[in-house]
Amino acid sequence: MNRILSVLVNNRAGVLHRVTALFLRKGFNIQNITVGSTELENQSRMTIVLSETDEVTVEQVMKQLHKQIDVLKVSDLTEEPIVARELVLLQVNSPLNSRSTLITLIDPFRARILDVGRDTVMIEAVGKPEKVDALIALLRPYGILQLARTGVTALTRDSQTTQEIARLMRSNALNL
Amino acid sequence: MDKFAVDGSSAKVASSCMMSGAQILVESLRRENVDLMFGYPGGAVLPLYDALYQCGIRHVLTRHEQGAIHMAEGYARVTGRPGVVIATSGPGATNLVTGLADAMMDSLPIVAITGQVSTEVIGTDAFQETSIIGISTPITKHNYQVRHVDELSQVIRESFHIASTGRPGPVLIDIPKNVAVSLGRLDDGGPLSLPGYQPNLEPNLLQLKRIIEGLAEAERPLLLVGAGVLHAKAHRELLQFAEVYQLPVVSTLLGLGAFPGTHPQFLGMAGMHGSYAANQALYETDFLINIGSRFDDRLTGNVRHFAPNATIVHIDIDPAEIGKNIRTHIPVVADAKRALMGLLRMGQEVKDFAQWKERVYGNKREFPFWYVPEADIIKPQAVLQQLYKLTDGDAIVVTDVGQHQMWAAQFYTFQNPDCWVTSGGLGTMGFGLPAAIGAQFGKPDKTVLAVLGDAGFQMTLQELSVVVEAKLPIKMMIVNNGSLGMVRQWQELFYNERYSESLLVSQPDYVKLADAYGIPAYRVEKASELSRVLLAAVEEPGPVLVDCRVAALENVYPMIAPGKGLHEMVGVVPL
Ligand SMILES: Cc1ncc(C[n+]2csc(CCOP(=O)(O)OP(=O)(O)O)c2C)c(N)n1
Ligand SMILES: [Mg+2]
Repeated sequence: MNRILSVLVNNRAGVLHRVTALFLRKGFNIQNITVGSTELENQSRMTIVLSETDEVTVEQVMKQLHKQIDVLKVSDLTEEPIVARELVLLQVNSPLNSRSTLITLIDPFRARILDVGRDTVMIEAVGKPEKVDALIALLRPYGILQLARTGVTALTRDSQTTQEIARLMRSNALNL
Repeated sequence: MDKFAVDGSSAKVASSCMMSGAQILVESLRRENVDLMFGYPGGAVLPLYDALYQCGIRHVLTRHEQGAIHMAEGYARVTGRPGVVIATSGPGATNLVTGLADAMMDSLPIVAITGQVSTEVIGTDAFQETSIIGISTPITKHNYQVRHVDELSQVIRESFHIASTGRPGPVLIDIPKNVAVSLGRLDDGGPLSLPGYQPNLEPNLLQLKRIIEGLAEAERPLLLVGAGVLHAKAHRELLQFAEVYQLPVVSTLLGLGAFPGTHPQFLGMAGMHGSYAANQALYETDFLINIGSRFDDRLTGNVRHFAPNATIVHIDIDPAEIGKNIRTHIPVVADAKRALMGLLRMGQEVKDFAQWKERVYGNKREFPFWYVPEADIIKPQAVLQQLYKLTDGDAIVVTDVGQHQMWAAQFYTFQNPDCWVTSGGLGTMGFGLPAAIGAQFGKPDKTVLAVLGDAGFQMTLQELSVVVEAKLPIKMMIVNNGSLGMVRQWQELFYNERYSESLLVSQPDYVKLADAYGIPAYRVEKASELSRVLLAAVEEPGPVLVDCRVAALENVYPMIAPGKGLHEMVGVVPL
């Protein structure tokens, strides 16, 4: 299973570079990373999906992130109740005569047609990464001309406390 | 302008006035009590240098920016205060790179100031533009590019704070030329807000209790001390703790001096060229307390064989070090001094580990560092041994990197903290001479011995000019084996004596070279003359250089070969 980390950072020039440089330097693999604004003007949220799953590496990743002066908070959302979403845009071959089949096909995904051409359509879908994977697999036989995924962004549900690094440190190996 | 230049006494007065970025820099440096900096001017820092002109803060003009930053490192190591460096944009900044990486590895507090092209041309490949922020991000604790003059004084305050607190490290401040000439104000000097930077200093008492309980159960306890003890100025507490619990002590390379080298409980340096007693104790211990060392691979050898049967306690101010290289059972994220004070307050029964003590101290007696003296050839180890005697173990010893560095660590017995300056983590050749200069600036009354390899000396010898100009009484000892000795040793041992590019075909005449700089110098080639020459050198009131022609093929022993474990040392007794 992939690990999802949510990282609150100062909204400053160069912060994304610091984080990616850290991943490069430490040899950690990122599956995807998204960055965007948050409820606070001076903070951004990065959502990082790691393909690493072993505990030691994940712990190192979190501690190294935490060492960055522009990083305010690091949470591991993997085991938490969260909402995780990703957006995908696909341009798919779609001859006019079979287009209605295609539309019925994508309907259960709550995907939408954003743009139509003579031979192609542009589809948008939002969902969990697995749902996006499924949609892509379904459309592959039609011929995907262009595809763009945003990567996952995530928030915890309601007021559930997340497994943030501070608590992790108190409860086990990292006693502060 | 002159008002700030001459009378910089009151930041209060100054903060109400508009001044240029360059003047803000000078005022800010005064606020941080900086009285010495090392640097080299150039186009992008002309405004800064204009403000520095006759400002009262001493500036040392080095002969290369790498020299400047190694000087700052030497200064920082012996004084515990941040070393300050300044360089111009582009090549000036890139020449700092090695020193930044070195300071990052060895946790030295450095504030490096670089000039930058003006903000309006950043990104256009302007003359002498380079992205030093991009380059230095992985090798600094933090860095800043100041985009507006009003941020400048706060950035400088934050930089000094970040460089010198928590786990120390280098911070770089990139100042575009137009920012240096724009008018702005000093900040109010109020508390800094760094929510993402809150080093934890206080130990967790429950963990400390676990240490004391563990000690009560242990049969073969051991203390491993690293430079964290020095950074925390915790040597007294360390001594007390070790003595109360009667614990044998081993040190990392960089931790030498944190515990008195002649103390009966001291087993010596551990690691690749450490003592047999120290490494064997690390291998056999059942309860290891690591204070302020990061379990570097040169210390641990093959991690599979590192303290395989021990409960491991790791006290470190940097949480990311815990569990990074070695599994840890009792983690303590804290300042070394506070952790030791906490442990001392927990007073507990003291066990007598009689059998264990007998074993480790027996090893210590039986397997000291050794070398085989020869009739008339100078053995490099003898140079260090003699220097130790001549200076009563009380000099500041600064080395370059290679065999001579290891011999210095083995044969100079450090009694006191902050007397040992060496490039451990990065292993930077060329570090020695400039670092010795910085150390002598920091401790003008101490004898500073620069122990240098013939190859490493030639990487930064241009700084001899600084020795002369500042009349620094450094004793420079070139351990001249005519080779890149450490490389040659590895080629001898692991590459069938194929000495590929490790023998120096030609050498300058070091005595003449010193003479060209106006530095008195000696050459010594015979063992029988060694002590006389070294004595003369040490007694020289000013700087002096000694070209010690030593046995060319001498190797550093004992040794743990790469990939081997602590218990697999070779060359423990004379070969
Ligand atoms: C800048 C740099 N380049 C290369 C090395 C690799 N290296 C380590 S020790 C050494 C030889 C050093 O020779 P010398 O200064 O004469 O010291 P010796 O080992 O002979 O005492 C070399 C080349 C290094 N540590 N640093
Ligand atoms: Mg040499």
